[in-house]
Amino acid sequence: MADLHFSDAEPTASERQAVLAALSVNGAGDGAVVVDHPRVVRGGTRRRKQLRHLLLPALHALQREAGWISPGGLNFVGRTLGVPPAEAYGVATFYEMFRTDSPSHELSVRHVCVDPICALAGAAPLAEHLRSQGHAVHEGPCLGQCERAPAVFIQGRREPDRVPADDSGPDSLLVSVTASTPESPSLLRQMIERGFDNGESTSMEAYRQRGGGAALDAALRLGPDDVIAQVSAAGLSGRGGAAFPTGIKWRAVADGNGPCHVVANIDESEPGTFKDRLLCELEPLAIIESMAVAGLVVGAQQGWIYIRGEYPLATQRLRGAIAQARSAGWLGDDAAGSGQQFDIELRRGAGAYICGEETALFNSLEGFRGEPRNKPPFPTTHGLFGQPTVVNNPETLLNVNEILRIGPEAYRSVGTEGSPGTKLFCLSGHVGRPGLYEAPFGTPLGELLELAGGVQGTLAAVLLGGAAGSFVGPDALALPLSLEDTRAAGTTLGSGPVMVFNDSADMSGVIERLAKFFRDESCGQCVPCRVGTVRQHELVTSIRRAGGPTEPQRELLGDIADAMGDASICGLGHTAASAVMSAMRLGLLEAEPAGEAVARAARERSEQEREEMGGTARVAQQRDSLGDSAS
Amino acid sequence: MNPAEPNTQTAVTLSIDGREVTVPEGQTILAACTAAGVETPTICWAPNLTPVNVCRVCVVELEGSRTLVPACSRPVEAGMQISTDSERVRHSRRMVLEFLGSANDLSQASEIADWSRHYGADPARYDAPCSDDGSPGSTAGGEAGLEPERVDEPVRIQDDLYIRAYDRCVLCYKCVEACGDDAQHTFAIAVAGRGFDARIRTEYDTELPESACVYCGNCVAVCPTGALQFRTEFDLRAVGEWRPDDQTVTRTVCSYCGVGCNLELHVQDERIVKVTSPADHSVTNGHLCIKGRFGWEYVHAPAFEPPSTDTAER
Repeated sequence: MADLHFSDAEPTASERQAVLAALSVNGAGDGAVVVDHPRVVRGGTRRRKQLRHLLLPALHALQREAGWISPGGLNFVGRTLGVPPAEAYGVATFYEMFRTDSPSHELSVRHVCVDPICALAGAAPLAEHLRSQGHAVHEGPCLGQCERAPAVFIQGRREPDRVPADDSGPDSLLVSVTASTPESPSLLRQMIERGFDNGESTSMEAYRQRGGGAALDAALRLGPDDVIAQVSAAGLSGRGGAAFPTGIKWRAVADGNGPCHVVANIDESEPGTFKDRLLCELEPLAIIESMAVAGLVVGAQQGWIYIRGEYPLATQRLRGAIAQARSAGWLGDDAAGSGQQFDIELRRGAGAYICGEETALFNSLEGFRGEPRNKPPFPTTHGLFGQPTVVNNPETLLNVNEILRIGPEAYRSVGTEGSPGTKLFCLSGHVGRPGLYEAPFGTPLGELLELAGGVQGTLAAVLLGGAAGSFVGPDALALPLSLEDTRAAGTTLGSGPVMVFNDSADMSGVIERLAKFFRDESCGQCVPCRVGTVRQHELVTSIRRAGGPTEPQRELLGDIADAMGDASICGLGHTAASAVMSAMRLGLLEAEPAGEAVARAARERSEQEREEMGGTARVAQQRDSLGDSAS
Repeated sequence: MNPAEPNTQTAVTLSIDGREVTVPEGQTILAACTAAGVETPTICWAPNLTPVNVCRVCVVELEGSRTLVPACSRPVEAGMQISTDSERVRHSRRMVLEFLGSANDLSQASEIADWSRHYGADPARYDAPCSDDGSPGSTAGGEAGLEPERVDEPVRIQDDLYIRAYDRCVLCYKCVEACGDDAQHTFAIAVAGRGFDARIRTEYDTELPESACVYCGNCVAVCPTGALQFRTEFDLRAVGEWRPDDQTVTRTVCSYCGVGCNLELHVQDERIVKVTSPADHSVTNGHLCIKGRFGWEYVHAPAFEPPSTDTAER
C-alpha cells in the first residue's frame, strides 16, 4: 500500500496475531490477506474496496486483545486491509464498544444500561455496586434485556463477551395467545412448548424433528414467483418498525440484474425491544432457513447477518446454526439442492443504534462509518456494496416460514385486514410479568397489559414503539394494536416495544433520558439531527428543572421537532422528537404528579391535537395506500 | 468528481414553484432551480465535489414525498412538483441556519450569514433555553438554565501553510471529500467521533506535518466557513489587514510542470495572499498541488542580481 501513509507505530505481537486470526476465520475473509501473488499488485482504490468490509471484525479483535484500538494495531489493520488510518480511526471512534485511548486497567468492561426501564429497575445503584467491587463499568444505552432489567453486558478483555443473566439460567418469559392450533400462525408456539434448554433444541436434528426445513422444501417446490406471491397474498409487512410490504421488497430485488444480497438486520437497538435476541437464541436455524429461502427466491449468492455486538449468546447460536446449515447442505455451492449458490456470513455491530437503519447498516458492514445514505435510491436497487439488497428483520423472516407452512389464507385468519398475522410485543416496566408476548394484530392495548399480569400500580403512560415511538395515556387502553389503528391514533407500533410506566415513575426524568439517548445516538452527519437532538435535550433538561415548559419553550420544541422530522436524512432524525412531543401533549413534562397532569392535559389537548393529528392522518393515508398495493 | 454527466439526449420537464422547467435528464433539482432562476442556499454542495447532502439547507418540498428532499443530490424526474419557498421549506432552512449559528462561529461565513438574514434565523433563541421573557437564565430555569453546547476548539496552527479553526467547522464533509476520493486521494482526514462530538480529524488527532497530509490545500479551497484557512489570510486577519474588496484576481498558468493548471492569484497590496483555481477549469476542477497552491513565495523574493563576472577587482 505504497500510496497510504502510516505512522511508525507498530502492533504488538499479540495484536498482530489477534487481527490475523479474526480475518482468517471469517468466511469470505479466508485468505483475504495473503492470496496476492507476489507478481500481482492489487493497489489503491480497488484493493481498498475489496477488503474494507473486514475492518469491523479486525477492530473487534484489536479491542478484545488490547482493550483499545492502539495506533500500532490500527496501522496494522490499515496496512493489511488497505484502509487509510484516518478513515479507520473515524470508524473506530463511531462505536460505543471501541475505545481509542489507552485504558488504565486490564479488565473486561461491564456495560450497564441506563435507559428508562433499567433506570426504573435500579441501574444506577447496580452500576455503583459493580464499581465498588472493582469492576470497570460503562453506563450506556439499551442492551436489549428489558424483560430482565437492569441489564448488564460484559465486553471481554482476552475472553469471550458474555451476559451474566444468560449464565444464571432462563428468566425470560414467552407468551403467545395464538398458539391454540398448529394451523394458525405462531412464531413462539414451539419455543413455548419445548421450554428453555441449554441450546440442545437449536441443533439441526432437533429442528428437523419439529418440522424444520419445511419452508425451504416448500420454496423449492413452489419456485421464486409463487413464494413471492404467497408472501404478498399473506400481506406480510416488515416487523422492524417501518412495516414495508415484504413481497414488494422481494419482488423488486428478484427483478433486478446482477449480484444481489440478503441481509438479516439483527441490530435490534430500539430501547424496550428484545424480541430478536430471543428469536436468535431460541430458533437460530429458522432464521438461517428463511434467509436461504429469501436467497433462493431473489437469486442472491450471499447472505449477511448483522447482529448487534451486545448479543453474545444469540451470536454464538447463529454461528452454530450457520455451520450446521452448511453441513446439512442448506448453504453452499448447491444450496438445498437448488443448483444455486448461497452462503451466509455473520458480522457483529459494535454499539451504535443508528446501524439498525438499513443504509447505515450497509455502510457499517462495508467498513465505513455507520452513517445513513440518502434515499432514494432504495436498497432494492442500491443496497449493500451498491447492489440490490433484501433487508429483513428476524421476526419478518420467521413469518415467511409460517406463511410457507400454513399458506396465506390460514395466515390471514388472525390479525386484522390491514395487518394480517401476529405481532411480537416486548413488555417491560411496570407490568406484572415482563416478557415477550405474541398476539394477533388488533389486540387492544389493555388486553395485552392484562395478559402481562396487569399494570403494577396506577398507569401513568405507555411508550409504544420505543424511543422512536410515542407515549399514550391511560385513555388509550382500548386502542387496537394494529398498524392502521396506531397510525390513525398518531402513534406507532414500531418494532413492538411496550414500555409501561405507573404513577411512581419520574416521567420527566424518563423523557430527559430519551432525549439524551437521541443526542448520544445521532450519527452527526446531518445538521437537523446533529444539532437538533442536542438543543432538544437541553430544552427538556431545562423544562424538567423548572417543573414545566413555558410557552416559548413549547414553541421551540415544536420548531425543532418539525425541522428534524422534515429535513433529517434518516428515520432516526425523523422520529427523534416523537416521544418528547407526545409527552408534552400528554402533560408528562409538567411538575405535578404524573396522574393529575395526564388528566388535565387530556381535557386541554383535544382542540390543539385535532390540528396536529390532521398532519399525522395524511401521512398514514399515504402509507396505507402503499400497503394496499402489496396485497 | 462531478455528478454524473447529464444525458443531454433526453429532456425532463418538471414544475418549480408552479413554473415549468425543462432540463437534461440526470440533472439535480438544484441545477433545475438554477436553470429556472431560483436561487438555492447550499453549504455542503460544491460544483467540483460529489454531493453528500448533509447540511440540509437546500431542502425543497416535493409533492408526494413525506419529508423534504435535498435539492443538491436528488435527480430530476418528469412531472415533479417542487416548491422552494413553502412554509415547510422556509422553516427547515431557517432552523438549519439557526442550529449552525447556535453551535459554530460563523463570523467568517458571509454567505451563510446572508442566508440566515434572508430566512430570519435567530440563533439567540437557544441562548437561554429556560428563559420565558428572553432574558438569559431567568424565571423558568433560574440558575439551572443550560448554556447551549457549542463547538469549542482551539485554533490548530501546526505549520506555515494553513490553520484549522474547528469552532467554525459545520461538518460539511467538503474537506474530507477533497482530501479523498473527489480530488487528492490522500485520505489524511476523516470524520471521527459521533453526533455533536463528531469532528474532522487525522488519526488520533496526529499533528498535520506527521500525518498523511501532502499540503495540496484543496481542503482549504473548498471550506465554506474559514475553519480551514491559508496562513496568509489568517495572519492578515489577525492584524486587521485582510481586505477582500481591495484584492485583484489574476488568472494565469502554473509555471511548475507541463500539466497546465490555471491559477487565480489573489493579490492585495501588490503581494499574493491566496492562490486558487477555477472550479470549472477542465484541468484542475478547482484542485491544485502544493507547488501551485503554495509555491509562489519566490515571486516576492528580492530581485535577482547576477553575480559580477569581473573577477579582476577581487
